[in-house]
Amino acid sequence: MSDTGTYRPLSYFQLMEVTLRELLVEKGLVTEEEIAAEVEAMRNRGYERGSRVVARAWVDPEYKKRLLADGTKACEELGLEIPGLRLLVVENTPEVHNAIVCTLCSCYPRMLLGIPPDWYKSRNYRSRMVREPRAVLAEFGLHVSENVTIRVHDSTADMRYMVLPMRPAGADGWSEERLASIVSRDSMIGVAVPKGPND
Amino acid sequence: MLERGYHDLGGRPAGEIDRHGHEYAEWERRVDALAVLLWGLKGGPRVITVDEHRKNIEALPPEDYDKLAYYEKWIVSLTQCLLQRGVVTTGELARKMLEVQSRG
Repeated sequence: MSDTGTYRPLSYFQLMEVTLRELLVEKGLVTEEEIAAEVEAMRNRGYERGSRVVARAWVDPEYKKRLLADGTKACEELGLEIPGLRLLVVENTPEVHNAIVCTLCSCYPRMLLGIPPDWYKSRNYRSRMVREPRAVLAEFGLHVSENVTIRVHDSTADMRYMVLPMRPAGADGWSEERLASIVSRDSMIGVAVPKGPND
Repeated sequence: MLERGYHDLGGRPAGEIDRHGHEYAEWERRVDALAVLLWGLKGGPRVITVDEHRKNIEALPPEDYDKLAYYEKWIVSLTQCLLQRGVVTTGELARKMLEVQSRG
């Protein structure tokens, strides 16, 4: 496996990666093929799985009930496996806006949203989101009205949250697929809201 | 009383959030893949647990916790987990590291 681009000596940490990987391959604990397959799978895993779940919940009230009751099981219904984790889906309403964070590390619903963005893992987001969420959301360009309660959910390794945003006005009669196309990653983290035709 | 860990960031004063991301390098993706495989999430044996991994990241000295990039912390921690489990030894790591370096 080689990185593209011009030659540069390996950094210490890159050297560690090659070292550990090759040792584990020698010991038969992993294979280069498994690693390459997982890297490819990761590259192709975006947030679209999450968007699909949200769109289904928007068009199917019974599904939404099941999703809010047991996120893990409801995802399995759509063929999305969430191994060993409890997924809690929190619903935005006109009264409550939800957002997620992991103050201790970087826990994130990866199986639905892919690898978290750098800012989600940053010191500043993790520190401030639980203390001054309204100011943080404003930095993201999301101005939440003072009458709306903001609820911030702190994730753990075993319990992941995802936000179920509100369906925007004016998107009535849209197909599930079209609805899924407006559900952004950030709207499922809670730092944005989906934009409808009127926005 | 248990002292609050350095990694426990919730509520601490901090600055503006930099929303620019970076494209992950291939070696970073491989570290992630290696972790997922070692946790046994892809059907193979569970060599280490997510909790051990997290514990070893939390155990980094504060200066390293601040200085190391995300996947730099991960590779340090994965190595540490495997040493603690006796899956690899420092001797094996040293030998292999020299071998990799000597390829130039």
